[in-house]
Amino acid sequence: MSSPAGASPTGQGPVPAASLSGSCAMSASDIAAGVRSGELSALGVLEEHLSQVERWEPEVHAFNLVTADAARARAREVDAMVAKGKDPGPLAGVPVALKDLLCTRGVPTTCSSRILAGWRPPYDATVVKKVAEAGAVAVGKANMDEFAMGSSTEHSATGPTRNPHDLKRVPGGSSGGSAAAVAAGFSALALGSDTGGSIRQPAALCGVVGVKPTYGLVSRYGLVAFASSLDQIGPFGRSVADAALALDVISGHDELDSTSLPGDPPRAASRLGRGVEGLRVGVIAELAGAEGISPDVAAALDGAAQSLAASGAKVEEISVPSVRFGLSAYYMIAPAEASSNLARYDGVRYGFRSPGQDITEMYMATRSVGFGAEVKRRIMLGTYALSAGYYDAYYGKAQKVRTLIIRDFDSAYSSFDVLLAPTSPTVAFELGAKTADPLAMYLSDVCTIPSNLAGHPAMSVPFGKGECGLPIGVQVLAPALGEPVMFQVAEALEAAAPLGTGDPHGEEAK
Amino acid sequence: MAQLISEQEVAHVARLARLALSAEELELYTTQLASVLGHAGDIEALDIADVAPTAHPFPLSNVFREDELRPCLDRQEVLAQAPLVESDRFRIPRILSEAQ
Amino acid sequence: MSGPTDGAARDAGRGADWEMVIGLEVHCELRTATKLFCGCPNSFGDEPNVNVCPVCLGLPGSLPVLNKQAVEFALRIGAALHSLAQSSIFHRKNYFYPDMPKDFQISQYDVPINAGGWLELPSGKRIGIVRAHIEEDTGKTTHVGGGGRIHDAGYSLVDYNRAGVPLVEIVSEPDISSAEEAREYVEELRAILVATGASDGKMEEGSLRVDCNVSVKPLGSEELGTRCEIKNMNSLRSLGRAIAYEAARQAEVLSAGGRVTQETRHWDEAEGRTHSMRSKEEAFDYRYFPEPDLVTLAPSKEWVESVKANLGTMPAQLRRRVADAAGVPASSEAVSTVVRLGLEGLVGAAVDAKADAGLALRRLANEVAGELGDGGGHNLGREAFAHLVLMEQRGELTSAQARSVLKIMVAEGGQPEEVASRLGFKALGAGALEAVVEEVVAANPREWERYAGGDDKLTGFFIGKIKAATGGNADLKAASELLRSRRGAS
Repeated sequence: MSSPAGASPTGQGPVPAASLSGSCAMSASDIAAGVRSGELSALGVLEEHLSQVERWEPEVHAFNLVTADAARARAREVDAMVAKGKDPGPLAGVPVALKDLLCTRGVPTTCSSRILAGWRPPYDATVVKKVAEAGAVAVGKANMDEFAMGSSTEHSATGPTRNPHDLKRVPGGSSGGSAAAVAAGFSALALGSDTGGSIRQPAALCGVVGVKPTYGLVSRYGLVAFASSLDQIGPFGRSVADAALALDVISGHDELDSTSLPGDPPRAASRLGRGVEGLRVGVIAELAGAEGISPDVAAALDGAAQSLAASGAKVEEISVPSVRFGLSAYYMIAPAEASSNLARYDGVRYGFRSPGQDITEMYMATRSVGFGAEVKRRIMLGTYALSAGYYDAYYGKAQKVRTLIIRDFDSAYSSFDVLLAPTSPTVAFELGAKTADPLAMYLSDVCTIPSNLAGHPAMSVPFGKGECGLPIGVQVLAPALGEPVMFQVAEALEAAAPLGTGDPHGEEAK
Repeated sequence: MAQLISEQEVAHVARLARLALSAEELELYTTQLASVLGHAGDIEALDIADVAPTAHPFPLSNVFREDELRPCLDRQEVLAQAPLVESDRFRIPRILSEAQ
Repeated sequence: MSGPTDGAARDAGRGADWEMVIGLEVHCELRTATKLFCGCPNSFGDEPNVNVCPVCLGLPGSLPVLNKQAVEFALRIGAALHSLAQSSIFHRKNYFYPDMPKDFQISQYDVPINAGGWLELPSGKRIGIVRAHIEEDTGKTTHVGGGGRIHDAGYSLVDYNRAGVPLVEIVSEPDISSAEEAREYVEELRAILVATGASDGKMEEGSLRVDCNVSVKPLGSEELGTRCEIKNMNSLRSLGRAIAYEAARQAEVLSAGGRVTQETRHWDEAEGRTHSMRSKEEAFDYRYFPEPDLVTLAPSKEWVESVKANLGTMPAQLRRRVADAAGVPASSEAVSTVVRLGLEGLVGAAVDAKADAGLALRRLANEVAGELGDGGGHNLGREAFAHLVLMEQRGELTSAQARSVLKIMVAEGGQPEEVASRLGFKALGAGALEAVVEEVVAANPREWERYAGGDDKLTGFFIGKIKAATGGNADLKAASELLRSRRGAS
């Protein structure tokens, strides 16, 4: 595959970074199968991915840190296991990108914030352990909006990540580095976190699959918290099956997370290959017709609904009235929890410190210099929402809206197996387009937030291309622990997607 | 509830959150927070006094650990992360006001 | 504002015009093996920062998981305080302070695990309990320079070994009306906490810490005054002093027509006064909200019932038992002293030996308690003690002799006969004493005539003669009884 040399962040034209070849174009399951059988070497696979990184990372900036040496050592271990006849696991030799808010023992974990500069966690997140135990090879720490606050990965202390499909555009956020890494062939899989859409929205904008699992399905231990009651870790993949494979590796009860669901997790891949005949699919009227949904996105959603109907599903429009209030509730609850979760960055125990004559001066200097503007904005918003005199009007009320949204979803799921909605109101927007207007940026999350408030699973699947040939994602929502049926429907959408959807080579929309 | 937030309130909140703001930042944040709070006006208007709040998506209860020891971290590893250390403790500037 | 400095002003708080209204908040460290939310040791006095992990250091990404034994202890405390165990949740209390690794404290707020209840003082007065909730402890800050005083210090050092140690905070109703009663309350509560096994009760190691809300109001007034919270009292003695000082200070302010400001004040042990802790900052706004990383704590009925069923005997019950055995009121000081010192078993031993339990109680409350002071062990065997009481009762030893023997037994143990003979105390039986009385009467016929005629002033004369005749070995009480009965017979 030839790519025009010298493509730069300001470059025009086709989308070189998303042109994949060799193992960089392979699915995770094919890589794992090849490595387990000895047909592929984990080190060989890794080197191809590292070459892709070397070539395109300066343009894309998907990573805060590429851990090439550790990855090579790990890949050799995997190959050694295979040579000894041991099975390295279901992700054998699969290169994985880790969002830079997943704690990695001894490896800097910055959350794209100055305030965590130089911090090396003394422990691994549960999911980091799980993917390693499954044979995966971590290639690096993916860029993100600082502390996962943002929808464009522009709010990063290390600079923005660029969309591999168009380097002038954002990859979405906050897990923009993870989404871009998968789209650019830097890794076959990535892990991100989704508090209000931070996996699904960048997945949609980068043309990959992104999953926010049921709250409590995946352990949050070692995930640096943004909003604890909403945060959930999930996978990115270039196919629905890959995302299911990754989710099945990371899900399951963890005694280190009190909110982790007990019992055996549902297997995401368990209903793949079954088609959608007879399934009941509801299109959420309030989100399909929400203000700001662009015509190309609306058309793609229509196309997705029609394709499911053509495959034998019963598709109808359904009203979930309270989702209209999701955005407002979210922008009270998430900042409130964040204001508390981010208090610990005070310059005493780890990370950045700016000097002060007394402790309060030191706190204020450290936090004012250490945090970026968006983080400060949300900390203040959340502090305000919790403060005396405003709790009932803002935080208290938002929690009640949460109850309403859960009720409305429960009611919808009494008649439907899954629901459909847009993922992002628009395709990827240009860098800088929304940075001056926080509210406009927040509106990017309008379709993804309700699932976080309800704790339900939802995923974004690429479905066609829109304006400027950029990818569009369609969102499949399911009830709590409804991952199997959600993936079943997502697989049907993947199969029915218009020509070119799965081909990230930069061809114009059909 | 008022839809706007005053600069005084933003300054108060910044102080609570231990954030120092310049005059320009104060003005900018006041405008931006007012715009977000204005959007939240839709839920303020909802009459849902009788609806129970949801703090957790799922009503789990009684998650415990047994009272059993687990390994601690290595002190040197912990202190190596700190900005300033003295006598195996975290060193901080003087404290002028008490906690509570 | 300057406080009262002379004795006259200090008396104002206790004077006729004002009465004190006191509520106490007692923080009790639980005797678990590990911390509240992680598996680090709950241990006092270790090298700094060795008992820490990602959770209790509040490292990014760490999450709390509740220690079941801490809940068990909290339920025991609640049961001992007659509280209602209820479904509860945890909240975050948000404020910046370097001894709190997360810059918030996980505590319980409006729905604590134990609600309501009461504690009965030895006097019989009941003090209401508002709540007894679970929360985590903070680390320890050492101030360097400025003589260790916080405001003058050059800088501070933080040790997080204590961060995350489980606490139960017991909040009383403002039912306490004097400094002495506050001390009694804390002593009683400490005894209860130790009896439940939840606490070691060591105030000197900070296992038990007391904050106190004090206000004063005009005598007889129904309306409560503005209260101040006092912190930093490290012993029962400083608690008493701090309350007396603070009440006097407030009374002086009010008497002068001023107003008391609601605030937190710091007790300075060396200066013997409270200082305002208020800085120029805004009032604290803790922004409580439900802790999203923890789930509901709803102890089952079975658990709560089993805790109640297995609760040991509490001090008030012990006092009642001792009092019943000794035939004295449960509110008597001797009873509370004996129970406070854990000597009730020796009263039981006297009862088992059919010895005089009242006498046993007096010997324990006076001589033994005197020897033990505020604590420390004794070497008294149950049977040996009961036997000593019997010997005194039978007149085999005089009271003075019995007391001497007892003191030695407290320190060294041993059997009463052996100790008595070592001290050269002759066992002067009832028959021998009678013979001495006859001798003395015969030798002093004129005096006997006057005594027999009703002149009680001669009792001392005869007792003195008997004492001299026996070399001090006579039971003088028994002797005077013999004299009286001889007079009645003559």
